[in-house]
Amino acid sequence: MLEVRGLTRAFGGLKAVDGVDLDVPEGAIVGLIGPNGAGKTTCFAAIAGFVKPDAGSVRFAGADVTGREPHVVARAGMVRTFQITQPFARLSVRENVMVGAWLRHARRAEAEAAAERVARAVGMGAMLDMRAGDLTVAGRKRLELARALATAPRLLLLDEVMAGLNPTEVAEIVGVVRSIRDGGVTILLIEHVMQAVVSLAEQVHVLNQGRIIARGTPAAIAADPAVVEAYLGHGAAARLAGGGGGG
Amino acid sequence: MSARARLLLALGAVAALALPLVLPSNYAVNVAVMILFSAFLGQAWNIAGGFAGQTSFGHVVFFGTGAYASTILHATWGWNPWLAWPMAALAGGAVGLGIGALAFRAGLRGSYFALVTLAFAEVFRILANSAEFTRGGLGILIKADARAANFQFRDPAWFYYVALALVAASLAIAWWLRRSRFGAQLAAIRENEDAARALGIDVLRAKTLCMGISGAMAGAGGTFYAQKYLYIDPTIAFGVEKSVEMLLVSMIGGAGTVFGPLVGAVALGFVGEATRALTSAQGLGLVVYGIILVAIVARLPDGLIGLFARRAARRGGRDA
Amino acid sequence: MPSFDILLAGIVNGLAAGAVYVLVAVGLTLIYGVLHIVNFAHGSLLMLAMYATYFLFAKAGVDPYAALPVVAGGAFALGYVLYRGVVGRFAHGKDENILLITLGLSIVIDNLALFLFTGDTQTIDVAHAQRMVEFGPLFLPRAKVIAFAAALAICAALGLWMARSDTGKAIRAVAKERQGARLVGIDVDHVFAVSYGIGIACLGAAACLLMPSFYVSPSSGHAFVLIAFTTVVLGGMGSFPGALAGGFAIGVIESLGGLLLGEQLGQIGISLAFILVLLLRPTGLFGARR
Repeated sequence: MLEVRGLTRAFGGLKAVDGVDLDVPEGAIVGLIGPNGAGKTTCFAAIAGFVKPDAGSVRFAGADVTGREPHVVARAGMVRTFQITQPFARLSVRENVMVGAWLRHARRAEAEAAAERVARAVGMGAMLDMRAGDLTVAGRKRLELARALATAPRLLLLDEVMAGLNPTEVAEIVGVVRSIRDGGVTILLIEHVMQAVVSLAEQVHVLNQGRIIARGTPAAIAADPAVVEAYLGHGAAARLAGGGGGG
Repeated sequence: MSARARLLLALGAVAALALPLVLPSNYAVNVAVMILFSAFLGQAWNIAGGFAGQTSFGHVVFFGTGAYASTILHATWGWNPWLAWPMAALAGGAVGLGIGALAFRAGLRGSYFALVTLAFAEVFRILANSAEFTRGGLGILIKADARAANFQFRDPAWFYYVALALVAASLAIAWWLRRSRFGAQLAAIRENEDAARALGIDVLRAKTLCMGISGAMAGAGGTFYAQKYLYIDPTIAFGVEKSVEMLLVSMIGGAGTVFGPLVGAVALGFVGEATRALTSAQGLGLVVYGIILVAIVARLPDGLIGLFARRAARRGGRDA
Repeated sequence: MPSFDILLAGIVNGLAAGAVYVLVAVGLTLIYGVLHIVNFAHGSLLMLAMYATYFLFAKAGVDPYAALPVVAGGAFALGYVLYRGVVGRFAHGKDENILLITLGLSIVIDNLALFLFTGDTQTIDVAHAQRMVEFGPLFLPRAKVIAFAAALAICAALGLWMARSDTGKAIRAVAKERQGARLVGIDVDHVFAVSYGIGIACLGAAACLLMPSFYVSPSSGHAFVLIAFTTVVLGGMGSFPGALAGGFAIGVIESLGGLLLGEQLGQIGISLAFILVLLLRPTGLFGARR
């Protein structure tokens, strides 16, 4: 569904994203992880059109969308959420989600019905009339998800949708994401919360300093020394290995 | 809309229709005409500034374009003013699209956008002041010929009804915006442009179109003004005062609401008349308006409408 | 095409006027650089200061150049109070709000002036400033020469003070890193108010330099606000060298515009410059790239 080749983007002299290759098969849940500052959000921004890549290509559902405007990409069916939530603060939850629904429905009644359906699916049924600006962090995260979902996307780019949630909330959202995928939406997610990555992702790509350093199942990359080093520092893998197996 | 709101609206409409018959003098009717006209222009500003969140300090440019368009067509080229009227709206709309496209393509927002609209108005003013076809600083006089077919009325009540029709039309447009897809897009843009983009909204196109609609409305207002006062010049048509008034009326009444500009126009109309009763010296009314603006931005960002809404909500909460 | 002599005179006149614009711009850019607010009341406050200068001369016979420290000092005080009382409360909220607040302020000031002083245009006749000074082939009124020299001197003094004095350093610290400045014990709110005050004090000084060659009326505020913003935007918001370059550029554009296009049409140069800069290079000639 998504083919990224050689994606590169620099800011000033620093290459935030350096020759990234990424494949997301249709119907899959793929994870993109890496330490802070690795370039994950920049990847999303470059893929979704918010930032123009310096080099590389992005193919979505067979079509070349490299460097297209964000709204064009979204209309084609690839929709991103934001790491720092961007609610339409003065609008209600219902109106927020409707903005997404309006993309696919021309009549108000349909858009409203679709929005309510999506909001309930995400667990926001009780909050439909609340002002978005009054929501808690967890609520805002759900709202990001609901809004994006209301556009009936084919591929969702979820940016740290679990951040700031307690374990119970994480488990809930994991369930929601899984059911979204079961409904036919492909998902690429950036995540720090390992509980979510392990439960959801079938394939994981690890990004460090703008480059992909490992790919594989969650179990495989957890054991990969390069990945351990990226998170825990140089020499950590050797230290851990030397420190003994179990216990 | 709730049954109670429908009733209020119906009562309001009846009262509005009956007003000229009840007012004691022509002066009073003229005050009412100016309040309605102010509400109409305020609604024009509201489309861009309130609904879409694009605060403009130079909206008079559309008003003046419309005023000159129809006046030149009528006074110089002999067009019937009723036929020239839609031309004024078209002219205002075209300028709206033009300025919108230029400013938004360049990525101007917030303060920069407000200032550039001010600069555009100033450019138009200077051009109008120097050009032949606008008669420069002399301005253009419309020959007094009070016939309905000539869009001139001896009895101000007729201007009142035309203004009322304009206000009704503007309320309908605002109402449509509130309920429509385009309006939802504008609201999203107002709240957060990037999020709007991420949800498939063509922000540039929507903002530009919105300026076009706003400009067309203000342009239509220009003709009304010209036909009532029978004289326009660069200062009247493109001076800052009108821009400020359009903004004040909307902000104070409630930017981004359907009835905000009307409420604001009525409130400011009363303040204006009160200060005029106190002193003949100019300027006091606007001093009060300025203070009210600061107070509104500081305490009541949703304007007077927000105040009523909050009171109603509180009352509703207590009753429940 | 006018002769070289006339063009030269136009440029020199423009530079002389430009020096005062530099002073106005420095105040505006300081306020933006430190407070990150767009002070829409800048033109109106200049108008107010010019009225103060006028009244000091007309009612008390005080020479505007002698009055400069007084008017500048009074302007500083007014700016400080305005910040603490009105502007400061909203300066850290939404960009939109502070714009509207300063708009409201300008509306109040403009119309208070209209109400108190009527719409009449006022000028002062400072005899010694009308005398001509010879500069090679050119003759300039003394007022313009004094304005040029004084404006630059004040800017230089301000620059020096900003670099050397404790308060100046505090201001620069706050402009660069608000939180950090707070953490090292700088009274940030006081610094903000002082910065705003200095910005307005520049207007006070500019007023005294302008009045001998110019006029004042309640609508002067509008004319100046666009000039002030064009200057700052041309040079780059928050940039001091930018204010310098912008001020002189605008002065020359205004002067040459009047020369080449006539009195009426000539004014268009400034507004067009403003629009072009914003559309083509909004960060200005010296501003940081967005």
